[in-house]
Amino acid sequence: MGGPMSEALLAVNDLKMHFPVKSGLFSRTKAFNLAVDGVSFSIKPGETVGLVGESGCGKSTLGRCITRLYAPTKGNILFKGVDLAPMTHKQLLPFRQNIQMIFQDPMESLNARHTVGEILEEPFLVHGIGNRQSRHQSVTRLLDIVGLPSRSASRYPFEFSGGQRQRIGIARAIALNPELIICDEPVSALDVSIQSQILNLLMDLQKEFNLAYLFIAHDLAVVKHISDRVLIMYLGQIVESAPSEMLYRNPLHPYTQSLISAIPVPDPHRKTRRIVLRGDVPSPIAPPSGCRFHTRCPIAEARCSLTSPDLLGKQPQHEARCLLLEGST
Amino acid sequence: MSLLSVQNLVTEFTTDEGVVRAVDGVSFDLPPGGTLGIVGESGCGKSVTALSIMGLLPQPNGRITSGAVVYQGEDITQVDDARRQAIRGAEISMVFQEPMTALNPVHTIGRQLTEAVALHTQQTAQEQIATATEMLARVGIPEPGIRMTEYPHQLSGGMRQRVVIAIALICQPKLVIADEPTTALDVTIQAQILELIRSLQQDTGMAMVMITHDLGVIAETCEQVVVMYAGQVVEQGTVFEIFDSPKHPYTKGLLASIPRMDSAPKSTLEIIPGMVPSLHELPRACRFANRCHYVEARCEAEPPEVESLTASHKVRCLKWAAL
Repeated sequence: MGGPMSEALLAVNDLKMHFPVKSGLFSRTKAFNLAVDGVSFSIKPGETVGLVGESGCGKSTLGRCITRLYAPTKGNILFKGVDLAPMTHKQLLPFRQNIQMIFQDPMESLNARHTVGEILEEPFLVHGIGNRQSRHQSVTRLLDIVGLPSRSASRYPFEFSGGQRQRIGIARAIALNPELIICDEPVSALDVSIQSQILNLLMDLQKEFNLAYLFIAHDLAVVKHISDRVLIMYLGQIVESAPSEMLYRNPLHPYTQSLISAIPVPDPHRKTRRIVLRGDVPSPIAPPSGCRFHTRCPIAEARCSLTSPDLLGKQPQHEARCLLLEGST
Repeated sequence: MSLLSVQNLVTEFTTDEGVVRAVDGVSFDLPPGGTLGIVGESGCGKSVTALSIMGLLPQPNGRITSGAVVYQGEDITQVDDARRQAIRGAEISMVFQEPMTALNPVHTIGRQLTEAVALHTQQTAQEQIATATEMLARVGIPEPGIRMTEYPHQLSGGMRQRVVIAIALICQPKLVIADEPTTALDVTIQAQILELIRSLQQDTGMAMVMITHDLGVIAETCEQVVVMYAGQVVEQGTVFEIFDSPKHPYTKGLLASIPRMDSAPKSTLEIIPGMVPSLHELPRACRFANRCHYVEARCEAEPPEVESLTASHKVRCLKWAAL
């Protein structure tokens, strides 16, 4: 998938993040939450990989493992061939410049007691870059790049609207010229008319600075629009991976098919034949046996509850994790 | 005759910075069994319109200052509290966005369902429980008898929203107002809830006001659409009029700016520049003027009136005919 390792900017290999679930008098670990359970994929320089799934599928945890906000249980996170997974905080510091993150709610991710200028100056201070004057120039330049007036520097986050705050979050993320940005639901809290402004900004910045994005979201239409390739995640595993156009035209996995059919289409003439899934997403603490999707799958057979399917290539660049597709091409 | 007729509704709030008009002259009619969608972005007044109809405006800051909400011939903004209580829940009920805050965490599901039945009917306690259990089964909750004894936190988000819908429908209201009923839910659960609402509406013949920011949800569920911006209706019409031939630049902009599954990958999206103005500093004439692609001098001098294109299609724009 995605070509040989050498050209990948990021290559994630069999990544697992199992959170201990503690309970009882002595807080003994009783079980593990298999939030991310054996995920592999890669991102090329300048590429956008979309990551889609419902609440609790592990998509945000995966993003936080890659930025090493979490220490993964197992697996490799190769950034330009160097494994970040086992590194200590000190060892990680030089890499932090290269991998940045944009969060869903900029109000929670921006320090409310700092001015926008201070927020944008901080990355330079942390990494000891430039002097006072050059840092101030950088802040002005960053504000300009994301379309905010330079006088914003002396104001506080609460003085801005949601869309403007997200622009500040983006300015902070690009401050140190990163090569990869993890975008965790960057537009889901925004109004429709503001959402398209932010998506355009992200696409423009990508062209200008050759940024690679891991774009995490639950809205398949948004992800499909902005991504070169899309990964569909269900209960800690990737169930399908394909170039975005192919995923939409020819979804292979029954979960992907139902996700696409579930999106309400803004066209009153279209009478959708909707695949409505039964029930809720099971708990990642005790995922179903065999194929994790079999409890909700409209076409599951008896064997689906017994055997775990592998993520296999069905067509060039198109992989899916489904027993019923195995053997077919 | 209309089941619900909102006529020139004006709702104001007293704030520290003065009085703001959150809803400014909203009018629409809803026939029995019909579905009307109100679409708009944060702060456009769509939720305040719903709360005004329900008589649930935050007190003492919010009040209806003029206009009427006529339900089956009776202006329910003018009735006393007792009459309002009798209407609310039994005749008109509401489904809220966030089921965890709409439900009381310290009462069982059963108690919250039977409360409405006890208020509005003469049923015995036994009958109330039977009615509530049956309603839970009808909204697709497995093992309703067991769920009756459980608390909201024991249910998933989708199940909680089913409970909220069950509470809203338990007295068989003729009108349900749903304020972003699926926004907090995952897309596969949203599909379940929209199916459920559709089938319940078919069975009961209830009318519905669906408030949402999601044009996809509007297109799939509504017959009539009201587009709101900064407290005013900027366009209204049948779902086909709004989606096939939008006339107001804001409606056009909204429809063009959403990424669609079949749009060209990584193409630049249409945008509406700027942002929604604050209710404290609204533009004097056309409220959309400062974001409009087609703005000209008179748009900033002369407030546009609502004009009718057809019996159902209305637009508030000086330039609609020329666009």
